[in-house]
Amino acid sequence: MRSRNIALLIVILALFGLTLWFITPLDRSVLGRDGLRLGLDLAGGSYLIYQADVTDIDPAARDETMRGVKEIIESRVDALGIAESIVQVKRFEGEYSIAIQLPGIADIEEAKTMVGLVTVLEFREWGESEQEWIPAIGTATVNGEQKEFVLSSRYFKERTFVTLDDWTRSPLLIFEWDEIGRQLSQQITGRLLGKQLAIYLGDEPLLDEEGRPIAPTVQDVITESGQISGLGLPTAQMLSRFLNAGRIPVPLGRWVGDEPKVFEPGVPLYERTVDATLGRDSIDKSMLAAGIGIVLLVIFMLVYYRFLGLIACLSLGIYGVVLLAIFKMVPVTLTLPGVAGFILSLGMAVDANVLIFERIREELRGGRSLGAAVEAGFNRAWTAIRDSNITTFIACFVLIWLGGELGALMVRGFALTLLIGVALSMFTAIVVTRTFLRLIVGSHVVSNPAAYGVRPIGTK
Amino acid sequence: MIDFVGRNRWFFLVSWILVLIGVLSLVVSQVRLDAPLRLGIDFTGGTSVLLQVDSDTEITLGQLRAEVVALGYDEARIQDAGDGDFIMYTREITSEVARELAGDLATALDAEVAIVDYYLVSEAVAVRTAGNAFIAVTIAAVAMLFYIVWAFRRMPKPFHWGTCAVIALAHDVFIIAGIFALLGLIAEVAVDAMFITGLLAVVGYSINNTVVIFDRIRENMARHISPDFAQTVNTSLVDTLTRCMNTALTTLFVLLALLLFGGATIQYFVLVLVLGVIIGTYSSICISSQLLVVWEKREWSSLLPWAKRPA
Repeated sequence: MRSRNIALLIVILALFGLTLWFITPLDRSVLGRDGLRLGLDLAGGSYLIYQADVTDIDPAARDETMRGVKEIIESRVDALGIAESIVQVKRFEGEYSIAIQLPGIADIEEAKTMVGLVTVLEFREWGESEQEWIPAIGTATVNGEQKEFVLSSRYFKERTFVTLDDWTRSPLLIFEWDEIGRQLSQQITGRLLGKQLAIYLGDEPLLDEEGRPIAPTVQDVITESGQISGLGLPTAQMLSRFLNAGRIPVPLGRWVGDEPKVFEPGVPLYERTVDATLGRDSIDKSMLAAGIGIVLLVIFMLVYYRFLGLIACLSLGIYGVVLLAIFKMVPVTLTLPGVAGFILSLGMAVDANVLIFERIREELRGGRSLGAAVEAGFNRAWTAIRDSNITTFIACFVLIWLGGELGALMVRGFALTLLIGVALSMFTAIVVTRTFLRLIVGSHVVSNPAAYGVRPIGTK
Repeated sequence: MIDFVGRNRWFFLVSWILVLIGVLSLVVSQVRLDAPLRLGIDFTGGTSVLLQVDSDTEITLGQLRAEVVALGYDEARIQDAGDGDFIMYTREITSEVARELAGDLATALDAEVAIVDYYLVSEAVAVRTAGNAFIAVTIAAVAMLFYIVWAFRRMPKPFHWGTCAVIALAHDVFIIAGIFALLGLIAEVAVDAMFITGLLAVVGYSINNTVVIFDRIRENMARHISPDFAQTVNTSLVDTLTRCMNTALTTLFVLLALLLFGGATIQYFVLVLVLGVIIGTYSSICISSQLLVVWEKREWSSLLPWAKRPA
């Protein structure tokens, strides 16, 4: 019996050491890039869901098209160097949607435009009657049919590159027209010789290094390829990467209204964007709260249960470390409600210990020996521990289902941490606390009942 | 030994009062706001932004509200989150429009205004979330009832035990919903998906407590400690009282720390949990177990404590 307990103790200590090693170094990376995975409310970042307007796509080809959209967005996100981003295709109300998680970015707005949805460069001409820049429209023959098109980077070949001008050493974005682009460009530049052609990125004019709109004067009829000058080097390189990553074949936005539904391009169905500073602030606040809560908990346990409380705190320490290691291994994305779930599970992890200790104290008061009281305490507390935790499991499973639905990321974070926490707390109470207690009771180091919070027998 | 069972009329009276306040709040809310609880954007669709206002002179909630209304957002709800942070809830606006709003506010208030948390939920998503939340709560309640009936299947009347536990659960949910309906009326607090999450967690906790006490009653019945069922229940309550109090206390320590220092973002979520732990502990000792006794003895009159005690 004793050798089995020592073996168990060694296993527990080994597990503790291993998990501690796994989650260290504690000082900097527990919460952060190499530590626990943080959700957007703690790391800052953005979570966006767009619906795709696939009405123009053959129903049989829609799945394939959406996979393509996902890949294009992924490659753009990669080009931005965003770590741990997740792009998923989802179905919502029978419509295709795409969910994009961009954690830990400093400039969300820039990232959004870039991932975006609007990396189409559009060429515009000055409309005399409208008194504003209007899209330059030309006609082209596709499959024997004549159609009108807006001149834009949609008709670039996906092999743009950036080079430096031989004379001025300023960056040039070089592009080639595809078949449609060639026809359009020939017509439009022919028509606009000597006039300006403005370049727009989405609805905003493309700006040069000094912040002026780029609107070169057409010098020649352009058919094959062209260049855009005046851009800053980083902007030129970024644009080039995005243009080469491919364009998104379907409009992204959201459906609004009942029948008839109207498609609003560019507006997400769901968006949560958190500034990284707020995330940092939330981490600090929850760490403080967790710290204060744990200190109160430890004081209470020590004062009330004395030596047993000390054992419970040790076992709780192991619980905390193993739990963090599990979070890191799975990995669980830690959100603010997730932290609340973690803290709640700490409070509840004490419950199993309290149940057992109360039983042990009852047995001691009943006049049993320490060893017998510990064994009886564990045996008799077990049914209550098992039966009572099942209800928490039921609640967690229902919540995880609810959280799996669109938009409820935070719900899932809470439920998952609470579920793992409660499951692990049963293990620590039954295995860790018991092993500690058996060994100490067996060694007769601490045998005064007062140390267990019970008056010695015979005193009242 | 404390006599819990003998005081059960008082417990029922307290619960009736709390439930009555809850019903009143829910009804007034239904009349005034067209929903029993003030619904947040998770359930209605809309935008919430956390505005960080940095200024030499302190900007008050009233000042900010006046400017927001002047900019055409008269339906907006604003809450002061402390330290110059304000949470604003309004109709669906894109992040570009929200940034324009922040810019306009900065000019109007002569302060720096930054949006640090932007949250947009389209109506379609909100409608579905509301539907799912309803289903989730229903599934959870039914699953708990089945579980308890199963857990106490060897007792003489398992259905009694399950029903008493579920009535206590409904009691907890009702009171918490009532408190939030009241908060919605007096402090413009709205419920969101996290409220439902907290409620379900609380349901788990409350049943957990009830099960521990029922477990002890089951054990004490098997040991035949008293021929009187009321006496058995009372002994079981006294036996488990320290455990219930200690567990509630340790859980409250960590939750109160989170409520006081954890920041405004999850404040109301944590409040649901805090209320749930308190009410859940109360109801397992003073409601579910007492109902068992009342049912067993068929002393229905004690459920209505204002009625005349039978001679």
